[in-house]
Amino acid sequence: MRVLAAMSGGVDSAVAAARAADVGHEVTGIHLALSRNPKSYRSGARGCCTIEDSNDARRAADVIGIPFYVWDMSDQFHTSVVEDFMSEYAEGRTPNPCLRCNEKIKFAAVLDRGVALGFDAVATGHYAQLRNGVDGLIEMHRAIDPGKDQSYVLGVLTQQQLAHSLFPLGSSTKTEVRAEAERRGLSVARKPDSHDICFISDGDTAGWLRERLDAGEGEIVDTSGEVLGTHEGTFGFTIGQRRGLRLGKPAPDGKPRYVLDIEPVSGTVTVGAREELAVDHIIGIKPRWCGSEPFEELACTVQLRAHGEEHRAIARVSGDDVQIELIEPASGIAPGQAAVVYDGTRVVGSATIASARRRTLA
Amino acid sequence: MNDELPVSVAYLDHAATTPIYPEVVDAMAAQLARLGNASSLHGSGRATRRIVEESREAIAAALGARPSEVVFTSGGTEADNLAAKGFFWSRRHVDPRRTRILTSAIEHHAMLDPLHWLATHEGAEVELLPVDADGILLIEALRTSIERDPESVALVSVMWANNEVGTLQPIDEVVALAGEHGIPVHTDAVQALGQVPVDFAGVNVDAMTVTGHKVGGPFGVGALLLRREADLVALLHGGGQERDVRSGTLDAPAIVGFALATELAVKSQPTRAVELAELRDRLISGVLDAVPDAQLNGLPDDARLPGNAHFTFPGCQGDSLLMLLDAQGIECSTGSACSAGVPQASHVLLAMSRDEATARASLRFSLGHTSTAHDIERLVEAIGPAVQRARAAGLGAGSATTSASPALFAGTSS
Repeated sequence: MRVLAAMSGGVDSAVAAARAADVGHEVTGIHLALSRNPKSYRSGARGCCTIEDSNDARRAADVIGIPFYVWDMSDQFHTSVVEDFMSEYAEGRTPNPCLRCNEKIKFAAVLDRGVALGFDAVATGHYAQLRNGVDGLIEMHRAIDPGKDQSYVLGVLTQQQLAHSLFPLGSSTKTEVRAEAERRGLSVARKPDSHDICFISDGDTAGWLRERLDAGEGEIVDTSGEVLGTHEGTFGFTIGQRRGLRLGKPAPDGKPRYVLDIEPVSGTVTVGAREELAVDHIIGIKPRWCGSEPFEELACTVQLRAHGEEHRAIARVSGDDVQIELIEPASGIAPGQAAVVYDGTRVVGSATIASARRRTLA
Repeated sequence: MNDELPVSVAYLDHAATTPIYPEVVDAMAAQLARLGNASSLHGSGRATRRIVEESREAIAAALGARPSEVVFTSGGTEADNLAAKGFFWSRRHVDPRRTRILTSAIEHHAMLDPLHWLATHEGAEVELLPVDADGILLIEALRTSIERDPESVALVSVMWANNEVGTLQPIDEVVALAGEHGIPVHTDAVQALGQVPVDFAGVNVDAMTVTGHKVGGPFGVGALLLRREADLVALLHGGGQERDVRSGTLDAPAIVGFALATELAVKSQPTRAVELAELRDRLISGVLDAVPDAQLNGLPDDARLPGNAHFTFPGCQGDSLLMLLDAQGIECSTGSACSAGVPQASHVLLAMSRDEATARASLRFSLGHTSTAHDIERLVEAIGPAVQRARAAGLGAGSATTSASPALFAGTSS
């Protein structure tokens, strides 16, 4: 196959490209330029849009022995990922931009352009496994390295996207990948992992948002409505957050308080005890199915945030929505995050969490 | 696709760099093996000095300059920086009113960026003069700009030929206008040398940039031809070489190679220009036949460099086209190469009143001393299908990927 290897300049995507070449694909490396603003290229040593990363990716392609180009995807990235990120926060939700980037950029805009130019697939350094299913469809499974598994941020991919995708790292551990990079003479072998949002180079999401969104100042209240303090913007908060509330007054019972609700219009942030965070009914919207779903009712597990734990659940498709009943209540479920539905290790699909609540207590 | 070059490459990017002449390689290799710093007083030093001075004389003779007017530099970028900053500082030192620098909007970044730096850090007022839709400086704009306040102009700098669209600039008129007011003129002749006749004394500029690797010579060496009476502030201070304008131990092997390449390029220029123009015209008509809606940028015939052809392919991303041609061993450029590899819309095409999409839909093919009819045939054969593909990619067609197809969701489970 003719394969486009998306190379961020990190170790994972470099090894993924090398493995794709090893098995006989004709591989071309591309680095995605996601910002045209020279400042964002020069500030921040990590992140996926620095000149240093572009050079690292180019150097890795040289070592592997594949052609390499930089593709300017900055317009699409800004519209589909950055603006979406800002508007989600402005609405009081907590988006996952990596997931959005996979859905709209890497496995959409890039893949479409690649297919039109004569390529068959996009290979990335994501940790996830693709297998041929019994029904002829391609199944996506969790990676074998539980610490690195990235199937959550790929849960938005449809069967057609999966049919044009390669994830060469899914059956390896990160340790193995680093060792292999070392063996292959890839200078990125010891480069630190990136954890932050690539377009926020200093990692200060709240500060980044504060520069771009109206402050949205407001009050912090408890569930009885008593005002406990004020804040400088709702986007500094995420459901389930405990730190940084800066409340003047301790809770009557002395226990820590958590963000329960964010109301962006009034700017009200409601806090309460940990127990009040627990939810067991989730409504998911805009579902995306990896295979032959939708189902009517599925006993499954769901993952509700990146690197989050799995929750046993019953998922039901109802109209355009997905209703998810958790067997055990879970805490800190933030609207805007994805609920990714798994059947064992297999990704069934995903939906965006619209709301989460406690079922009426028996 | 494999990164090893295909058996034969159709190299259509001579404006980026030219293949080195084999005799230049030999001359450089011989000099590399010789001992001696050209500034040393002993025999080895004198021997190297002699080689350097012979090279200087050869370049001067080829370019219509006096040997003492050749200031060796590390290449075109350094020569442009030296002219921009050196003239600005020395002229302003003499008269503090001289803060304006007039230049064309289509200069190479090696000139635009130092001028931008001078504007930001040194209080220079840089005026980017407009060009017409063919990329030729509007000489009346220069006249108006000078005559508004001639006393305040430190320097006029206009390139001899544009590196992207190949249009020749009205240097004689620029010199005449500036000369009326005693304003020095610099020209970047990097692209012109070897393609059109270049005569330093004849054109009567005060300074001129040339470089080795665009004329079949080595990288990393060039020169600022600088009139004897011109006074420049140096950028590199040290051993006092090169009239104290450019210190640094002279790179004798590079200078030898540069001189030989310049001699060869200038000697063969008249016949080469005829051959290249003929090949270029075949390229232009072949591409326009294959892609009827392609647009040639710049003027045809004598108003452009004989080796330059530059097109807009509507609906294509230039870098998609480049990649498709590269995969077949056909090498060209989307504009001037950028270190970060991030395709920016060409400032030259934007200055020629093209919109951003048009600017991004453009490719440059440039010919030189190794170009053959076969190179042109390969391009003409490949360009039609490549444009078709690139157009599909530009429209987002060819995608079976972005939306969920209902047909896949026929079954239900659980």
